Amino acid sequence: MTMNTQKRKKRLNMKDKYKHMTRLGWDTTYQDMDDVFPKDKFEGIVIHDWEGWEDPFRMTMDSYWKYQGEKDKKLYAIIDAFAQNNGQKNITDARYVSALKLFLTGVSPLEYQAHRGFADIARNFRGDGPRVACQMQAIDELRHVQTQVHTLSHYNKYFNGFSEFAHWHDRVWYLSVPKSFFDDARTAGPFEFMIAIGFSFEYVLTNLLFVPFMSGAAFNGDMATVTFGFSAQSDEARHMTLGLQAIKFLLEQDPANVPIVQGWIDKWTWRGYKVLGLVSMMMDYMLPESPQSWKEAWELYFEENTIALFKDLERYGITVPDCAATVSAEKDHLSHQIWMTFYTHAAAAPFHTWLPDEKKMDWLSEKYPDTFDKYYRPVYEHWGKLEKEGKRYYSEMLPQLCQTCQIPMLYTEVEAGKPTQIAHRQTKFNSERFHFCSDHCKDIFENEPEKYVQSWLPVHQIFQGNCGGSTLPEVLKWYKVEFGQDNLDYVGSPDQKMWKEWKGEE
Amino acid sequence: MSKVFLALQAIEESRAIIEAIIKDNPDVEVENQTAMTKVSAEGKLVINAPTVSDLIGREWDPQELQLVLITLAGNVDEDYDHFTIYWDN
Amino acid sequence: MAIITVGEYPLNMMDSVDKFHGNQLVYVGWDNHRLINSAMTFPLPPEMPFGALVSEVMPSCYKDHPDFEKVNFEDGSVLWSLNGESFTPDFSKSLIENGVDHKSLIRFDTPNLKGLNGVGM
Repeated sequence: MTMNTQKRKKRLNMKDKYKHMTRLGWDTTYQDMDDVFPKDKFEGIVIHDWEGWEDPFRMTMDSYWKYQGEKDKKLYAIIDAFAQNNGQKNITDARYVSALKLFLTGVSPLEYQAHRGFADIARNFRGDGPRVACQMQAIDELRHVQTQVHTLSHYNKYFNGFSEFAHWHDRVWYLSVPKSFFDDARTAGPFEFMIAIGFSFEYVLTNLLFVPFMSGAAFNGDMATVTFGFSAQSDEARHMTLGLQAIKFLLEQDPANVPIVQGWIDKWTWRGYKVLGLVSMMMDYMLPESPQSWKEAWELYFEENTIALFKDLERYGITVPDCAATVSAEKDHLSHQIWMTFYTHAAAAPFHTWLPDEKKMDWLSEKYPDTFDKYYRPVYEHWGKLEKEGKRYYSEMLPQLCQTCQIPMLYTEVEAGKPTQIAHRQTKFNSERFHFCSDHCKDIFENEPEKYVQSWLPVHQIFQGNCGGSTLPEVLKWYKVEFGQDNLDYVGSPDQKMWKEWKGEE
Repeated sequence: MSKVFLALQAIEESRAIIEAIIKDNPDVEVENQTAMTKVSAEGKLVINAPTVSDLIGREWDPQELQLVLITLAGNVDEDYDHFTIYWDN
Repeated sequence: MAIITVGEYPLNMMDSVDKFHGNQLVYVGWDNHRLINSAMTFPLPPEMPFGALVSEVMPSCYKDHPDFEKVNFEDGSVLWSLNGESFTPDFSKSLIENGVDHKSLIRFDTPNLKGLNGVGM
């Protein structure tokens, strides 16, 4: 049987409908347009014709509410079913829950920041097409943080490490990494924000954040996270398209925009990659069942897919981000170096870490044939001996942090062929010394030093006396991290005790 | 030529869309992964709304794709009768 | 001013030495001993003797590495650098007299000690 689709009602084509419903702006006559839109010229970006803006999805408010409403209905039905059926008992192992703690404290607050940021640029672009698109994205991002908090609130009923996520995001040492990433974007101008988040994060890097978490959830029995993940991802396709459209629009408007945009692509791909270090560790160490290694994800989502994207942008004079070689070189080492740091400083973080078991180490050997057995298995075996002696290793030292990315300076000179030598870079500004993990972070600082001298570095703030005191218990109190509940190894934790009771073990 | 791809949730609403893609794009590759189906092609991939509508027995609007889409790679072009992704290189 | 701004942009040095209650920050790192994840940060009086840094502060960190008990700080086998330049510290003089100022990075290298698995971990 054939549907006679020629019987479709006659209507405006999608392009024209979109124009009529989004081009509702006007040029003001009683106030100067530059006073109404005071922030869209100072960055040096030149726009000759805002009408050149297109939304390939042709989203208008009527279709927006309709489809978003449908997504929410489906999503909440599944979240409710998960809760009603004690879905938290069907995950592979309670170690997995630490990946969710990392998500709620490190990623969900960024969704909220994205909401604020897109709302802000929706106000500040003088073109009405992008204003509508950015408003929609702002509402999407708010929906994301709400659905994430809602979903993970179910886990909060049973597991530690969720309850103070907003407080931790603002104070706990490693969370200054994602927080400062977005603070940097939010305090930039509207065009930089669009390229930083709309393009570099939402297009270039988005698959490296969401697919790992959602596949990880699917492989480990976490139906709730799979559901909110896919629900958010369906918005992401529009976000990606917005980002790509934005960059092509800027590059087509004026050749003066090309070097400015290239500089932002270089900066923000690097900054985004740095934050994604947390994801690399999650993929390789925190999933009892691992769908994919960080290295595999990078090779697929960046080296394959993104290269196709940059081929498209070549015609404008845009090149692959200058950090691509560094990231590629580091892919055999990144997750291991980061997990080592979190294992070491586990007393100060509100999620659990643990030693990889034999099965996991064999998987890591297979995925990292050139590096795991040579450099990292010996470390875990060394710490494993200490654990067996009842001396699970915890360091009370405070690491040197990079001034720009704020990550402990745990990265090594991999590109120079020295993967066990910590990378040190340094510069002086206003007679003070500043340290960096890499040339890329140093360059970012030197391009805008007045911005990065303001980094709120957790280690320095502790030593200034701004974090509740100088001892670990005092700092944890200021963090609102409960000792022996939220922190330390998974082994011996209340989470583990409860899991074993559920499973009738021990 | 670079590859374009679409990843859709592996659920009921996606089945007809994937069938339509296979019908109208001869060289498409379909990969079934956990919870998602990935379809990729060289340079361009088209979803024709009439093809999907015929398969499901009602009028299908390409904007409904948003309910099942996970991610994509490529430039987007959409109208009432099609959803296309493509690279320009 | 390198940064492009709308209006005035104050210079706010978050980590100037006056904020550390008489201490200065000193970072110490051990080359090619990656078991220790990074250089570590220490708030120290500028007048602290360099020798006290070595005998009291550094062990609190490096005792975590099996190689540390084999390090001999007296026989010249340890190579030092200060802010990227090689230097020979005078253990009897203070940090500041040795040129170790606020947010200085001290690195030490022990070429004969090869770390875990002999590969620099």
